[in-house]
Amino acid sequence: MTVTATVTARRGPRRRVRVSTALTYLVLIAASLVTLVPLTVVFLTSLKTSEEVTGGHSALDLPGDWLNFSNYRTAFTNGEMLTAFGNTAFILLFSITGTVLIGSMTAYAIDRFDFRLKKAVMALFLIATLVPSVTTQVATFQVVNSFGLFDTRWAPILLYMGTDIVSIYIFLQFIRGIPISVDEAARLDGASAFTIYRKIIFPMLKPAIATVVIIKGITTYNDFYIPFLYMPSEELGTMSTALFRFKGPFGAQWETISAGAILVIVPTLVVFLFLQRYIYNGFAQGASK
Amino acid sequence: MPRTDSTTSPPVPAPRDARPVKQHAGRRAAAGRSRRERTLRRLTPWLFLAVPLALLVTFTYVPVGNMLYYSFTDWDGVSPDRNFVGGENYAEVFTRPELLRVFAVSLYYLAASVVQIAIALYFATVLSFDLRFRNLFKGILFFPYLINGVAIGFVFLYFFQDGGTLDSILSWFGVGTDHAWLGDPASANISLAGVSVWRFTGLNFVLFLGAIQSIPGELYEAAQLDGAGRWKQFRHIIAPGIRPVLSLSVILAISGSLSVFEIPYIMTGGATGTSTFVIQTVKYAFQFNKTGLASACAVVLLAIILLITWLQRRLVPDERVDLV
Repeated sequence: MTVTATVTARRGPRRRVRVSTALTYLVLIAASLVTLVPLTVVFLTSLKTSEEVTGGHSALDLPGDWLNFSNYRTAFTNGEMLTAFGNTAFILLFSITGTVLIGSMTAYAIDRFDFRLKKAVMALFLIATLVPSVTTQVATFQVVNSFGLFDTRWAPILLYMGTDIVSIYIFLQFIRGIPISVDEAARLDGASAFTIYRKIIFPMLKPAIATVVIIKGITTYNDFYIPFLYMPSEELGTMSTALFRFKGPFGAQWETISAGAILVIVPTLVVFLFLQRYIYNGFAQGASK
Repeated sequence: MPRTDSTTSPPVPAPRDARPVKQHAGRRAAAGRSRRERTLRRLTPWLFLAVPLALLVTFTYVPVGNMLYYSFTDWDGVSPDRNFVGGENYAEVFTRPELLRVFAVSLYYLAASVVQIAIALYFATVLSFDLRFRNLFKGILFFPYLINGVAIGFVFLYFFQDGGTLDSILSWFGVGTDHAWLGDPASANISLAGVSVWRFTGLNFVLFLGAIQSIPGELYEAAQLDGAGRWKQFRHIIAPGIRPVLSLSVILAISGSLSVFEIPYIMTGGATGTSTFVIQTVKYAFQFNKTGLASACAVVLLAIILLITWLQRRLVPDERVDLV
């Protein structure tokens, strides 16, 4: 009697736990479907022929030939995706290098030196974080234009380099963790401030550099607004703007547009799969600077 | 032979003149060198800061200053002459009917970000407990945040188009519909705001998850021993632990919903009542050459965002202010 009572008493809550766990998984699976289905359908569409897309078939039908890559060929050749890839790589290389150098130098100067106006300089950087760059483009455009940089790849490079304050914060946080005695030992050995930065501090910043490279790389790769505003020429398309231009010539050719979209997404997916852990930490740090 | 003091001396550098000096000439030379050294040392931080500061001023402060100035003129962005028109542009910002409509559109996105934060909070809580395939779910939920905005725009144009993904899924469930999802303002804005939830939930989720996981595990164990269920654990342990991140997310949500640009611009170009404040500003500036009016719009948006940030700092004092 008492035994059965305890058994049912124990089974009750356990069953409730099992039901709630099942529900949790159900919700998780539903959310995963919501995330993945739109992407999967576009992937399927990218493998279809134009008859399969238009001729009254459902968008969820599977492609007849899984190895039909002709849409990718069209996207590559007629959609200037190769040029776009080159431009994006060029911009990424310079803006990331610049951001790392600028961010680490600023953090070094602010954290390791005492100088007059230090507070003012810090306030200048701090207040700048509050200014959303979308709002100021009207006037930034005139500045860039007056340098004769409009419609060159240097416009986005300079803007990405010059307006990235988040990375300065990431470096600043990290440099605080490096004991000052390291610098002092080097200084007593006769190292100049620049040598200390180059030979000691910079190599020790590696984890912070990795974070900045990843965040900066992904946000630059995905940025649409700046290349769209500053590089209207077709041969200066980046991955974003070249894909955006699919809208005109390929109007209703969903199979080609889908192939273009997949071409843009795949590099991100590869980077994400290999660098997952750094990416989570990096974006968490970056957003909460 | 004086020993090199690199290895033996304590970290505090010994004063240079404490070293035995043999000659007056040597001392004078040392004094000259140290003076030069001192100016050099005073200059050093500025050498490191020169380029960063130049870029910061050129691309942030000069534009903000110019923008304020343009906003009081009737400049068209090209011609050499511009006339001072006082507050006329600002009066226009608050009276033009299309701009008022645009502010209403941001309410859709504001509502969407409430939904987004709620969803993110739910999944962060659920996935902070041990679950099978936890990392897989985490990856799937976060990945949309990393995808290129233009690609997302196209993915969802196909999703919402006639006979597209959404219609096909609905027909699976026997719901036949020929509703044009992007066809009328209300439905189009809800669809676009939905895309923004799809895109940005991942970031909120990872932020919340990080905050929850930094709560020491003993707290949960103690709570469990005291008989606290999941809801109580959430209410009394998780919620206080993530308050800073939550307030950050609210700020990002409000300023984000005011400055929406990419998704509606790519998907509808601002047609059928989906234009946002930034789309309208970009149109004034670069299509209608109304640099003065566009600047006034931008100044208003900047002021609103600064005000919200300031309010947040006042209401929720941030523990991380000591960062600087």
